[in-house]
Amino acid sequence: MKINTMAEMMAAGETPEVLFWVGCAGSFDQRAQKITRAFATILDKVGVKFAILGKEEACTGDPARRAGNEFLFQMMAYQNIQVLNGYGIKKIVTTCPHCFNTLKNEYPELGGTYEVLHHTTLLQQLIDEGKIKLKEGGEFKGKKISYHDSCYLGRANDIYEAPRKVLEALDAELVEMKRCRSNGLCCGAGGAQMFKEDEPGNKRINIERADEALETGAGFIASACPFCNTMMTDGIKNREKENEVAVLDVAEMIAASMQ
Amino acid sequence: MHYIPQIGFLVLAVIGSFLFARKAGEIKRNILLGKKEDLSNDPGKRWNNLILLALGQKKMFKNPLVALLHLVVYAGFIIINIEVLEIVLDGILGTHRLFLPVLGSAYTWLINFFELLAVGVIVVCVIFLIRRNLIKLKRFISKDLNGWPRSDANYILFTEIVLMSLFLCMNAADQVLQGRGAEHYHTTGAFFFSDMLTPLFNGFSDETLVGIERSAWWLHIIGIFIFLNYLPYSKHLHIILAFPNAYYARLEPQGKLKNMPAVQNEVLYAMQPELMPADAAPPASFGAKDVFDLSWKNLLDAYSCTECGRCTASCPANLTGKLLSPRKIMMATRDRLEDVGRNINLNKTYQDDGKSLLHDYITVEELRACTTCNACVEACPVSIAPLDIIMELRRSLIMEESNAPQEWNGTFSNIENNFAPWKFSPDERDRWATEMAS
Repeated sequence: MKINTMAEMMAAGETPEVLFWVGCAGSFDQRAQKITRAFATILDKVGVKFAILGKEEACTGDPARRAGNEFLFQMMAYQNIQVLNGYGIKKIVTTCPHCFNTLKNEYPELGGTYEVLHHTTLLQQLIDEGKIKLKEGGEFKGKKISYHDSCYLGRANDIYEAPRKVLEALDAELVEMKRCRSNGLCCGAGGAQMFKEDEPGNKRINIERADEALETGAGFIASACPFCNTMMTDGIKNREKENEVAVLDVAEMIAASMQ
Repeated sequence: MHYIPQIGFLVLAVIGSFLFARKAGEIKRNILLGKKEDLSNDPGKRWNNLILLALGQKKMFKNPLVALLHLVVYAGFIIINIEVLEIVLDGILGTHRLFLPVLGSAYTWLINFFELLAVGVIVVCVIFLIRRNLIKLKRFISKDLNGWPRSDANYILFTEIVLMSLFLCMNAADQVLQGRGAEHYHTTGAFFFSDMLTPLFNGFSDETLVGIERSAWWLHIIGIFIFLNYLPYSKHLHIILAFPNAYYARLEPQGKLKNMPAVQNEVLYAMQPELMPADAAPPASFGAKDVFDLSWKNLLDAYSCTECGRCTASCPANLTGKLLSPRKIMMATRDRLEDVGRNINLNKTYQDDGKSLLHDYITVEELRACTTCNACVEACPVSIAPLDIIMELRRSLIMEESNAPQEWNGTFSNIENNFAPWKFSPDERDRWATEMAS
């Protein structure tokens, strides 16, 4: 499967329907790369013409901004907006809620206005349009899945239904954790916490959340954010449940269930 | 001689109102010490928020039982103030139950309704006292509330019980006097709740009863004026400020951080020097070190906080034993602002006291624990955004003090040099894609 960059598309005189913003985790983190590949495979299968920025993509600046380093954020935003506007990008889809939030909410006032979708929203659209066809009796049929709300999708952007609708299409049994939707508990990664040690406390946030997920008795924890995915995976491992409970991105579940 | 009670009442009303207005003016002045921020756009949405969030207490209904109890106290307290209008007019005019002849039988109905509310308020306040002091609810036994804040909460509940009891006693004594045909005590028809108290008063002489009725009347209205003047020093100020605070709440998605145009321009001029105006001066400071650097809305937030702790109860950092408590962030901001206000009262203008919100009231460890998850913002029933303040202080830490944990400095340098928070070569960014091709 050939994945085109914007530069290659431009050179061939073509325009993609949508730019796939991969994000740093999706590009470099080995676990998140699997999510990236799964989502790219889905787009390819249903015939969505997409491109990536490739080496021209850079961190949106989200962790820098939330740590308090506005200078670095503005530098990254400036660069990215130059590249995106240079290619005349209109529509972006991303598998990372942090990139999604920054691109959608924070770039417009800096001169970068695009239609930005999170991949769960696009997946829901593709399922509703009948473009994604799922296997009868797929791997998740009748299985218990618990969806972990990402803060940057949920509270930050009011997206609670799209990922759940996508999971419902798998014919699985969705079980909610005690704290869900707008009351959802953070995985502990946001606000640049991912990149530093915890402050002194009596428990790690991801373990608190993993315990809550384990309480549901679900065999699968669905995530929609590469950072949540890492945090939940680590939490489950810490409780030595990694053989019974799998943490998977919504896109991975769909990719595994497509005809 | 006849006019002495009326004059006494007027003096009380004028002093009570004057002191309240003076303190309210101080609070307004303190709030306006914050930076300007235009929050006047989209009045339709703002009125909607005011009606749903403040008047309708929408967020309280996440816990319907508590919301209902809270609504009884709130509605009771507000509606009974219509009765206070009569009390005030009676006080000024030297009349007794001024509205009775005007309203006729509707008056009996109205007072009965007020009495129902008064009983409701008493019952709920007792339940709330039990909840706060006997049932060990985590957000109420939290160390955030040690000292004055915990007493404050109890004083309010206690005062409301006393005020409502005085109202009922006044009506009970009044009814006994009515039954005896005492002068001035017009027949009102039976009041259901205070009628139940009349056996307690039947044994007294007319003079004693008039004494009780008048004392209850006076204590009730004096109590109300004292309570009014207590409000600005108390968490209970939220009964007023919840309304403007809901109106001026941010309308953007919660995930959007406030932009810093000064920094945006610095970067722009560094990249495109030709755009720099000749008179461009670098901004004085970045982020917030003290209350003066925060937006006026952040300061209104601080005064609107009723210290209920729903934010802290939902904060992932606090839940896992970290020092951060969003409620404490709001309380510390108000404490600092009040200290600054006292400083201004004393010195005409603010004289540097060597303190600042950052470090002296809110520590680095608290700020560092925030995951920016917005749970505190979502949880607040009165539209407070503790995250706004946390972020502004974080900005000051990083940009003014270069105060970052070692790992973050590494992350920053990776983002700057490798365009990713980790130390990967930017050339590897699309390796996953080339691997898929092969």
